Amino acid sequence: MKHLKATTFLIAAALAAPLAAQQEGGRLDIVVQPEPPGLMLGLVQNGPTQLVAGDIYEGLLRYDTELQPMPGLAESWEISDDGLTYTFKLHEGVKWHDGEDFTADDVVFSASTFLPETHARLRASLAYVDSVTAPDPLTVVFKLKEPFGPFISVFEAATMPMIPQHIYEGTDFATNEANNTPIGTGPFQFEEWVKGSYIHLVKNEDYYIDGLPYLDEVYYRVIPDAASRAVAFETGEVDVLPGGSVENWDIKRLSEMEGVCSTTEGWEFFAPLAWMWLNNREGPTSDVRFRQAVMYAMDREFMRDVVWNGFGKVPTGPVSSKTNFYSDEVTIYDYDPEKAEALLEEMGYDGEPVRILPLPYGETWQRWAEAVRQNLSEVGIEVEIDSADVAGWNEKTSQWDYDMAFTYLYQYGDPALGVSRNYTADRIEKGSPWNNVEGYENPELDEKWFAAATMADTEAREQAYAEIQKEIVDDVPVAWMLELEFPTLYRCNVKDLVTTGIGVNDGPRNAWIEE
Amino acid sequence: MSFWTRFRTNIGAMVGVVLLIAVIAIAVFAPLIFANDPWQMVQRPFLPPFSREDLLLGTDTLGRDVAAQLAYGARVSLLVGLVSTLVALLIGVPLGALAGFYGGLVDEGAMRFTEFFQTIPNFALAIVLVAIFEPTLSSITLAIAIVSWPPVARLVRAEVMSVRKREFVDAAMLAGLTKRRILVRQVLPNTLSPIIVMASLMVATAILLESSLSFLGLGDPNAMSWGYMIGAARTVIRSAWWLSFFPGVAIIITVLALNLIGEGLNDALNPHLSRRKGRA
Repeated sequence: MKHLKATTFLIAAALAAPLAAQQEGGRLDIVVQPEPPGLMLGLVQNGPTQLVAGDIYEGLLRYDTELQPMPGLAESWEISDDGLTYTFKLHEGVKWHDGEDFTADDVVFSASTFLPETHARLRASLAYVDSVTAPDPLTVVFKLKEPFGPFISVFEAATMPMIPQHIYEGTDFATNEANNTPIGTGPFQFEEWVKGSYIHLVKNEDYYIDGLPYLDEVYYRVIPDAASRAVAFETGEVDVLPGGSVENWDIKRLSEMEGVCSTTEGWEFFAPLAWMWLNNREGPTSDVRFRQAVMYAMDREFMRDVVWNGFGKVPTGPVSSKTNFYSDEVTIYDYDPEKAEALLEEMGYDGEPVRILPLPYGETWQRWAEAVRQNLSEVGIEVEIDSADVAGWNEKTSQWDYDMAFTYLYQYGDPALGVSRNYTADRIEKGSPWNNVEGYENPELDEKWFAAATMADTEAREQAYAEIQKEIVDDVPVAWMLELEFPTLYRCNVKDLVTTGIGVNDGPRNAWIEE
Repeated sequence: MSFWTRFRTNIGAMVGVVLLIAVIAIAVFAPLIFANDPWQMVQRPFLPPFSREDLLLGTDTLGRDVAAQLAYGARVSLLVGLVSTLVALLIGVPLGALAGFYGGLVDEGAMRFTEFFQTIPNFALAIVLVAIFEPTLSSITLAIAIVSWPPVARLVRAEVMSVRKREFVDAAMLAGLTKRRILVRQVLPNTLSPIIVMASLMVATAILLESSLSFLGLGDPNAMSWGYMIGAARTVIRSAWWLSFFPGVAIIITVLALNLIGEGLNDALNPHLSRRKGRA
């Protein structure tokens, strides 16, 4: 762990060192889609909020595209050899946007008072925390009850945003008026929000790193229609289209325009993985041979090329290749219809029809379901496509009323944070579409998941997760479809926009515009 | 002049008949003309039309044969159009006939019920119904029938009211026929021609409604239809015009054919009307 820290510190230092060429000033227009419900990152964590509020709020650490931690509000950190004590040294001279000093007390307040109440995803990780203390104004110590491997990955801005104690202490967090005028420590501060039109952020003149940020202001533009967003980018009205803000078919056309650059980086922390829930409880999908047949019957490469215009990577199992502890030493399901037919025959599949529920997120997902139906029908599986709007999809998946259902989820850098939740039996709970919806039960593997999460030693974890992946891939609890890639399109004269594992979310911090 | 002679001389109507027969033939013989299932991915996607002999109209976003999709789409459009019109007639004709023939409270009740449906915009009601039932071919057909029967009921009522005042109805009464027999045997047959004309136009409207629903993503996801094709092609309209163009043309041709036929029927069945029009 000490090694890791030293190298990453070097990388981070290299990234942070200002080069002579960087130019100050200018304005960046970024599309935000859909309009966020709020900007208070401690209360709301959905995608659009993270995109905008990632400039306003900060976490103790930032993560590069290899998911290694870099200094954020903490300039250095240390992990004890037993993996139980995390000590952070905070940056000196950090101020909130309203001029108050940012101190270790704010960290203690955020991690032990505010966020446990409001942030469901972080709460699961904070359960491992015994105490958070501030021995002096620039030092914070997290003591854990038992080692928790992924703990170093929970300090990202949206995962553990720093909340100003002087504004929120003793108030009702959800109704505090300050939620409308968010106060953070970030490189940009909130200026104005014209609902349905734009969110305007301006440069934080007192930012604690000299010279940053380079930009004067950032506008997040709300444009509800996908085609209009594409046009706004073409005409130069906006400079940046973050991943997922235009239809797949448009990305190719727009990225071929002159002066337009694109990158698929900046999503490593989220590593969205798409799969189909296969109902393990009943119907043909409860037979492991049927589930394996589904994997062999699908030409996932073809679907990637045609439905996703070549963006993405066919996954080997439950862990994305971008997430830590990924292993490809597993059974590989290549396109092999004959093998699928043989498996179906062996199980004595009687032609019972199965339903596929697409994700109601637009044409791409509908086409995807049609392609799957076609592949499956070619090996003799009778398929009907179900339809539902977003609310209906939520209802059907969380009440387990489906045979096969598309979904995709973020992995947050570590299997213990974003993968095991979909496969261990303790996460089988009706009412949520994000947990172990397929109903996969394997007590032996459960033990291994739990053990792997609480190992202090990185190498031991690596081995444990490799074992888990090898086993679970043979069981096919769900049909892993694609590691999604959401290319970010931007004008080529915008430099250093995507430098971290969360991409545009904290991109404007280092971005600058070449005249 | 007989009905057929009058109809035959109407050029527009004959064009309509030819077009409609062509569409029906394509729909019926689709499996013989096209070896490919309309959902089957046969070639690379976005193949422009006329670039390959076996794929005349090109391929869609998933590499499926557009021509085959059109042919199979004709089946869905015609089926939904015909069945929903039949169902609408089955609801509208008896209701209108009863209201017009018996009058009084029956009439009041039936007409208030009809108005209740007429006050809600057709398309909005159809959307709500399909959304509640979940989109399948039968729920879409039923929804279209439910929003299109009220005009039928009102038309039949008016016709029956005027026919029942005629002398031959009085004569039938005097001859001792039961009221029900008079309504079914004497009155209704005399109201047939406007109903036929209206039905032909209703098929056209139903096809449009089905296409609009599919366009909005409320079509049966397991049935290939023209509206579905256009809806799916909407996002790529700038790079692949043919995906929305051909099904659009198909809809225009079919709806136009039905309207021409309806017009022709109207003229042929009401010679007075058409002669008047001819003189003016």
